[in-house]
Amino acid sequence: MHLGIEHYLILSAVMFCIGLYGALAKRNAIVILMCIEIMLNAVNIAMIAFSRYVVPDMVLLTGHVFAVFVMAVAAAEAAVGLAIIINIYRSRQSVDVEQVDMLKW
Amino acid sequence: MITEIAFWVIAVLLIGSALAVVLLKDIFKAALFLILCFFTVAALYITLNADFLAAVQVLVYIGAIGILLMFAIMLTRELSRGSPFNKLSLPALVVAGLVLVMIVVIVVSTDWGSLQVASQGVQMAIDEPTTGYIAEALFDKNNGFVLPFEIASVLLLAALIGAIVLVRGKEKE
Repeated sequence: MHLGIEHYLILSAVMFCIGLYGALAKRNAIVILMCIEIMLNAVNIAMIAFSRYVVPDMVLLTGHVFAVFVMAVAAAEAAVGLAIIINIYRSRQSVDVEQVDMLKW
Repeated sequence: MITEIAFWVIAVLLIGSALAVVLLKDIFKAALFLILCFFTVAALYITLNADFLAAVQVLVYIGAIGILLMFAIMLTRELSRGSPFNKLSLPALVVAGLVLVMIVVIVVSTDWGSLQVASQGVQMAIDEPTTGYIAEALFDKNNGFVLPFEIASVLLLAALIGAIVLVRGKEKE
């Protein structure tokens, strides 16, 4: 069976939705952050598949460039997110997102 | 042929490890499966001729984010509580399923052949390294990404400082 862009896009969609389900349905903030990383990876797969199949020229690697930027933003997001989670754990002794309701009134 | 076999093996591993991250009760095991997931994504990049991004995936995601997650799990001592689902897990499943159905329908009904950009002469070779081409696309004088690149470095610096300030805690008077 010949591989096309559809295979990669559907794999990326499945992975994105697994991450989406985890990010919406989990209570542990670290697991939610892990699911967000899965979603970002799924988007990267889609962009590199577009770069490979829709723009087959070597001189037009814009999809790869976008993937590099997504990785940089994901690293920044993970660092700040985990710092915030550790801070919340220090003040609340828990990383359960249902107990983090200081902004609720 | 090899690429097809590799793709299907990687797809099964990828979906299995992503499901394990979401469904496992033990956070530490979930983090290990997340690292397996990152590795299989790097392998998938290789089937897409993206060798540079596969290396960056291993370095940044496994080397940096994976270790950071491990440290966060160790520092928060939440292992005993596991990773339970919240009250909205059924609606979340419905939403994720609907998004998946929508994307799959759109992907299947789109005619990708007609979208393909006409080749300008430099065809993608199977085993040609992409690093130099990514650098050219990133730093091209006319339509490059120099300003976003600089902003990304400022963002990383801001994230670095922010993370240090947040984790350092209160100053003692």
